This record gives sequence, C-alpha cells and structure tokens, in this order.
Amino acid sequence: MSAAVRVEGIAKRFGDTTALAGVDLEVQQGAVLGLLGPNGAGKTTIVRVLATLLRPDEGRAEVLGHDVVRESREVRRVIGLAGQFAAVDELLTGRENLRLFAGLFRMGRREGRARAEDLLERLDLLDAADRTAKTYSGGMRRRLDLASSLLTRPPVLFLDEPTTGLDPRSRNQIWTVVRELVEEGTTVLLTTQYLEEADQLASRIAVIDHGQVIAQGTGDELKDQVGGQMVQVRLVDPGERAAAERALARVGCGEGRHTGGQDGLLTVPAPRDGVAMVAEAAAALRDGGVQVSDLALRRPTLDDVFLDLTGREAAEGEEAATEPDPAGEAMGNGRRDPEKEPV
Amino acid sequence: MNAAVAGLRWTLRDCRLVTGRNMRHFTRQPQLLLFSTIQPVMFIILFTYVFGGAIGSSLPQGVSYVDFLLPGILIQSSAFRASQTAVGLAEDMKNGVVDRLRSMPMSRAAVLVGRTGADMVRTLFVVALMIVVGYIVGFSFMEGPLHAVAAVIVVCLFSLALSWIFAFVGLISDGAETAQSAGFVFMFPLVFASSVFVPVETMPGWLEGFASVSPVTLAVDAARALSLGGDVAGPLLGFLAWTVGILAVFVPLCVWRFRRMS
Repeated sequence: MSAAVRVEGIAKRFGDTTALAGVDLEVQQGAVLGLLGPNGAGKTTIVRVLATLLRPDEGRAEVLGHDVVRESREVRRVIGLAGQFAAVDELLTGRENLRLFAGLFRMGRREGRARAEDLLERLDLLDAADRTAKTYSGGMRRRLDLASSLLTRPPVLFLDEPTTGLDPRSRNQIWTVVRELVEEGTTVLLTTQYLEEADQLASRIAVIDHGQVIAQGTGDELKDQVGGQMVQVRLVDPGERAAAERALARVGCGEGRHTGGQDGLLTVPAPRDGVAMVAEAAAALRDGGVQVSDLALRRPTLDDVFLDLTGREAAEGEEAATEPDPAGEAMGNGRRDPEKEPV
Repeated sequence: MNAAVAGLRWTLRDCRLVTGRNMRHFTRQPQLLLFSTIQPVMFIILFTYVFGGAIGSSLPQGVSYVDFLLPGILIQSSAFRASQTAVGLAEDMKNGVVDRLRSMPMSRAAVLVGRTGADMVRTLFVVALMIVVGYIVGFSFMEGPLHAVAAVIVVCLFSLALSWIFAFVGLISDGAETAQSAGFVFMFPLVFASSVFVPVETMPGWLEGFASVSPVTLAVDAARALSLGGDVAGPLLGFLAWTVGILAVFVPLCVWRFRRMS
C-alpha cells in the first residue's frame, strides 16, 4: 500500500514559538490517522501545512504525490478540509453555502446543485437548508462545514477537531458520516483532543506534543506501551484517597494517578490479571476501611497513554500554545523516539 | 492558448460567484444597508440647507450650492464607505471563510476582485439613490446624459481605486475594527482638505497647494465639471493618473500579500 499523505521533517516557527519541531507522518491510502494532542501541540499547524494554507519553514509534505508547496494547486484539487478554522458563510443559507462552494470547486451548475441536495440530505440538513447558517446550532454548523468539504468527493479529507465542543448526539452524527466516508475509501487525517474520538475513528494514532510526534501506532499498540491492566476505584469520600492507595499498595498495585480532575476516581496499575486481583483489591480496601462505590479492572485507555507519555493529562495542555517550547532545540532534525516508531 | 482562455473563463466565473456572494451579504444585513444609505442622503440634505446660504455666495455666478455640492458628496460618501472593503475582508479572514477559499482550487484573485467588485456595485446603488434625492432638493446635471454617465463612472472608478487600498489595509490589519479606524484616520483629512465642500481657492495657500493635487479634489473636480460644465480634461486626466497609479501599486500588493498569507 502506498501513502496518501506523507510528512517529512516539517518544522514551523511563529516568532519565538516553535509550532512544529520536525514532524514525520504517513497516512496510508484509505486509512484514518488520528492526530492526538492537547491544545497548542501543533495539530492544527500540521493540517494547515497539508491544506496548503501555511508554508513550512523546513521539511516537505505530499498529498497523493503532490508537494504541498510546489504543487499546491494540484493538492487543493484532491483534498477536503473541515474543522475549527475553515468556516461556512454565516449570512448565507445552508443551501447557498453548498451551491457557492460547488461553483468555486468548479463543478457544473446542475452537478453542483444535485450534489448540494445529496449532502444536505446525507447530513440531515434538509429542513434547515433555507435558513442562514447564523441560526444553526453548533452541530449543524459542523455538519454544513463537513458537507462543504465533501462536495467534490475528495479522496483525502482533513478534519481539524471536527467535534470539539459538540454534544454527544452531534458528535455521533459526525462520527457516523466519517465512518461511511472511510468505507467508501476516503483517506482521513483527523486531529482531536478527545482520546475517545481517536480510539473510535482512527486506525492509527499519532500522539503529538510540543510540535513533535511522541508516539505512533494503533490504539492497542499504544495502550500496550502503558502495559497491563489498571485497577480503577471510585471512592465514596475523595478524602480517603491516600488510605485507598496505601491499601492497594499492600496487594502490589502501583502508584496512583490523578485522573480526569475527578477527585473520587483512583486509577493504579495492577500487578496481576484476572478475577483474583479484583477480589484481593476489594479485600484490601475493606480491611483498610475505605468505602468505594465502584471497583473495576480495565485496560489502559488512551488517557493513560497520554499521561504516561507526556506526564500531563490531555486536557491540561491549554497553556502550551503560548509557552516558549523547550523542544524547540530539536527543530528540524526530525528527532523521534526509536522505541516508539511504528514497525 | 486554449488552456489560457479556459483558465481566464474560470477565473471570471470565480470572480462573479464571490461578487454575488458579497452582494447577497448586503441584502442579508438590511439594517446596515439602510443606515449606510441614509447617511449620505442625510449629508446632502444637511449640507445643502445648513451651508448653502453661507458658501453659496463664494460660488461662481449662476451655480447653486446643491449643484456644487452633489458631485462632491458622491465622492465623499464613496471615500468614507471604502473602509468597508477592509472590514469585509478582515471579517472573512477572522471567521475562516478566507481559509476555506484558499484551500480550494479556485482563483485566489477572485477573493479580492469579488470583494472590491461588490463594493463598487454597492457604491453605484448608493450613488443612484443620492442623485434621485439630489434632484428632489434642486440638483440637476447641466451637461446632458452622456456627461452625467461619465460623472457616475468617475465616482465608481474612484470608489474602486480606494477599495483596493483598503483591501490591502484589511489584509494586513488584525481585525475589522482596526481596519475601520485606519480608514477614518486617512480619509477624514483627505476629504475635508479637498474641493468636496468648498472651493479650494478659499483655503490658505499651503493647504490649497495640497488640496489641489489630492486625488479627492481631482475626482470631485472631474465629476463636477462633467455635471456642471467647465474644464473637464485637466482634472479628469489628473484623476485617471491617480486611479491608474493606485491600482498599479495596490492590486499587485494585495495579490502578493494574499498569496503569502498564513
């Protein structure tokens, strides 16, 4: 199989800030790559480079064999772009938006209109087709945005945080459409700060932080890096956290982590597998006098992966965009962690 | 050769589509359209009746102030409206429409041409309305319909040239408000130190020197001569020189800036 998207050593600086410090990526034809990272990690910058909106300072990138800088026009013919920064026109209706973009994609008038109607129906926007986009809910706006990027049936689709800020129902609608597109053979590169989204949609995941890819692989491969099973306990009284950790340590569990900002939730690495482990943990907690409302043995989630790789939680990276980037020294030399390279 | 012709046809189609989109925006903001139209109409009425008596006496024999004023007000309102080009572009950039367009295989120039083109069509609409109001308060074209059409073309060209300056302002400014304030800072002195409201001969020497070569004065004098009579060739040539000069500088500047935008 050949790569539909190839990124080699891409670096980009904005003033003193290093947005990308030597990124290498590949997306195989027909695959979905999830680019996972906190705000300011450089995800959007990568998409902007690939969508020909931004010239990289160093490195090169190709979409279906076309160089994004030298052959930007050819690249624009084969890509669709949707997400947080490529907007729809708020003062036009949904239908007018699609007809305008169809025209600008240089589709014939009749073809463009027919395709617009198809997409309005497919993305459940027919009822709202004659209302201005200003009146749309967040979910409808994203669906219109997605529809606008699908007019030409692009073989390569870039989705920049397609569901950020959406309610679960709208998120599911977008996911369903993306899955259908993938079944039809579309290659997708999507960025997200939601680990669940990457897990649900992507066949491969690249974790990015401070402008560098710090790990790549399938969701399972990444979870295997964290290793083993986790014991997760929901405490009735968050104040008993220390006592619970001590109790679990007695049966061999590792050090606890603060998870998801939920004080009552304690997750610790489990030393063994199986039902016996659950029983031992339960007994230890009972002996320690710790009250729990839930106890489970589970596989690591991508949350655990992220925490393991970056020492931070996925949602904690809000400040990263403005901080001077310590990884900046490595800019352009394509530094990678050899252990975490995909095989 | 055929490919070049086809390319040009696509480009023109893109320009037409973006212009249509921008014009549709005007109709989707009826309040903005109403107030931006009322403003110049208000200017005609206020200036005619407030300054008419005082300034009328310094005008040549047989020319009423409204006849003198209207060509000036047409230019003045175009000058003040020109900053809307910057505002429109800055908004499209801010809300991501420009990014979407730049990611598409369309003509990049169409984004700019569609903006300045739509703004010129709006100027034409406002100018027509102002002329109607002018006729109600006593204005008339004295040189016949052909000269009248030529006067309107002068106003539209003036508006187009300024639009391209403000397109550049919009492309380099960091938001719609900045673009708008920048517009006022430049346009206010240019409009008042010109022949829009008063004959430049009534100004002090140093100001008259500046005012008599300003593009605003030359545009007003050309439009005025075309509607009232008098020397057309002098101001018209000066005005056309300014227009060609402005377009020759700012069209490439805008395209250059747009291409290397990030």
